[in-house]
Amino acid sequence: MLHIVACIKQVPDSREIRIDPKTNTLIRQGVPAIVNFYDLHGLEEALRIKDEYGARVTVVTMGPPSADKALKLCVSMGADEGVLISDRAFAGADTLATSYVVALAVEKAAQEWGPVDIVFCGKQTLDGDTGQVGPGVACRLDYDQLTYVEKVEHLDEAKKEIIVHRHLEDGVERVKAKLPVLITALAELNKPRRAGLPGVLKAGRYQPVVWTTNDFPDIDRSKIGLKGSPTIVGKTWVPEPKKVETQMLTAESTAVLAEQLIDSLYATELPAKLGWA
Amino acid sequence: MAEERFDAIVVGAGPAGSAAAYTMASGGLKVALIERGEFPGAKNVFGGVLYRKQLEELIPEWWKEAPIERQIIEQRMWILGKESAVTFSHRNEKYKEPPNCFTGLRVKFDQWLAGKAEKAGAVPIYETVVTELIHQNGKVVGVRTDRENGDLYGDIVILADGVNSLLGKSLGVHKEWAPDEVSLAVKEIIALPKEKIQDRFNLDDNEGCTIEFIGDTFGMAGLGFIYTNQDTISLGVGVMVNDLKKKKIKPYEVLDSIKQHPSIRRLIQGGEVKEYSGHLIPEGGFTSMPPLSGDGWMICGDAAQMVNAVHREGTNLAIASGKIAGEIAIKAHQAGDYSIRALGEYDRSVKSSFIHNDLKKYRGIHGLFKEMNSDTLFGSLPQALNDAAYEWLLVDGVFKKEKQRKAVRTLKSAAGGNMELLRLGLKGWRAING
Repeated sequence: MLHIVACIKQVPDSREIRIDPKTNTLIRQGVPAIVNFYDLHGLEEALRIKDEYGARVTVVTMGPPSADKALKLCVSMGADEGVLISDRAFAGADTLATSYVVALAVEKAAQEWGPVDIVFCGKQTLDGDTGQVGPGVACRLDYDQLTYVEKVEHLDEAKKEIIVHRHLEDGVERVKAKLPVLITALAELNKPRRAGLPGVLKAGRYQPVVWTTNDFPDIDRSKIGLKGSPTIVGKTWVPEPKKVETQMLTAESTAVLAEQLIDSLYATELPAKLGWA
Repeated sequence: MAEERFDAIVVGAGPAGSAAAYTMASGGLKVALIERGEFPGAKNVFGGVLYRKQLEELIPEWWKEAPIERQIIEQRMWILGKESAVTFSHRNEKYKEPPNCFTGLRVKFDQWLAGKAEKAGAVPIYETVVTELIHQNGKVVGVRTDRENGDLYGDIVILADGVNSLLGKSLGVHKEWAPDEVSLAVKEIIALPKEKIQDRFNLDDNEGCTIEFIGDTFGMAGLGFIYTNQDTISLGVGVMVNDLKKKKIKPYEVLDSIKQHPSIRRLIQGGEVKEYSGHLIPEGGFTSMPPLSGDGWMICGDAAQMVNAVHREGTNLAIASGKIAGEIAIKAHQAGDYSIRALGEYDRSVKSSFIHNDLKKYRGIHGLFKEMNSDTLFGSLPQALNDAAYEWLLVDGVFKKEKQRKAVRTLKSAAGGNMELLRLGLKGWRAING
């Protein structure tokens, strides 16, 4: 049976984030935690593969003990197991250290529940916004990485091949790859399901598997947590809104107004910059 | 349909529902706790006072672990005039041990109480709406939810779905509210530095103060409140819906105007409004309480109109009723009888409890408001009292005897004459001591 790992992260609900005007940092206190929504698209695709071909879906997250709520949500949707990688020693990890630990967890999941065929990640998180952890995990596992995937066209279970569509800046790339692969999901990939009642009942009693540093005997402690994180945040600030000149157009009809708008746009440097001129 | 069967299904994870779920799960019943909000408390609103007593019977020393804001040692009552106030207050160190009541925020408190029920074994089913009750042979046997395969079966269904209980309505025990049975409360949570709150309200550390006020609500029947939290103030006002309708005033207009009152303005000065909420409060009390049980079901808390408007008690009535319902459910489960015969014990238990007795004591209040002109009771009388106090305390060379006469005259004319004032006094007395 296929074994799919979906990596998720619990993040502060970005719709409710505010910035402390004094310290310029995010006010996290009292902000509800949600599952990073790109990750949910990854999980949903894993569950669709499970529905169609039959697969075992393991969800992995790294975070504080309270992240078990995120795993329960995944289990309610249909994941078979949820793993919480949680240890004080992992705290303060940047994308480099995080991808190291997540890659170890995928390897451990393979030992526990069978070889892994596909790893799903979201294309990026709502709080960090780097998009680096997915590719980092792929590199460490030596999997082919399929980033920015908007569609899984075909999966050949026997040949262990997958065809996906990658949404790039200048078009769509249709790629065939040999499993195992790591896929990072775009929101266009699918619409995550709402759990049915039996799933919610299962999740209500479910206790996630917890892995600490002790569960990884070969872990290199210099590569985890704050120590393993070379990223230094030099400064954060809230960008001032740019002040731009405003020109109001008025005309007797919409058609004339549109003409005027195009004329005034072409009078600027914008078309040249965009390569339209 | 979920294949699993439950001994009891609780609809609504507010104080009533969570208390019932906690009681039953602790008693070994298999319990499902359903909540429509993203988490318990997400959709719930109250003024902000939690009492020690009723919850203590369920969870000893609960305040030591629950997320409370401040322990109340002073309660003030204000009767407001346009730019004045006559105030009464009581402050007592004795309220510290044992504590009497606390301020709290529902978002935190409800999550905590539901968490207790979960830890006791109740299965949480959140972000789930119960759309209808499932009946078989005239009995309630389960609930239908808005999730896929969403039917859930259980021996007993406890309805704790709040003031606008749609399920109660579907059972026919819960009619649409008349506008004079329900008030609309609006509330703001205003952030202020802790030290400012402590200075402005004369408090130390975790000490808290509550203020309730009447008057200056455009002559509508209403009660306002100011409660101190750790680093926020809860400020709100509830007004009878029929009065809002009659005067064509929106609830937030009342709140905005109250915030300008000189006695209140200074208390909240410089604060930032963090949260704004509105909620219906059942005010019908005793006379509006529906039958509380039937074949396979019981109803608790706001859904059963259990609010004591005079003493601003709702949450503790909810908790007490949830606890009683839970205990009756355990008995019914042991006897294997879920009919109205067994569950009717709930009605009888509530009747012998403080819930029934307190609500009965004030049953006249509702009638008093209904009969009396709100303009008099909540407009001209409070103003007259303030005018009388002004005259009484003003030193302007007028003989004291004349002053006293003047003060009494002001009150009399506001009530509409001697007989009216007497009648009002008698009615008020009866309403409160009936």
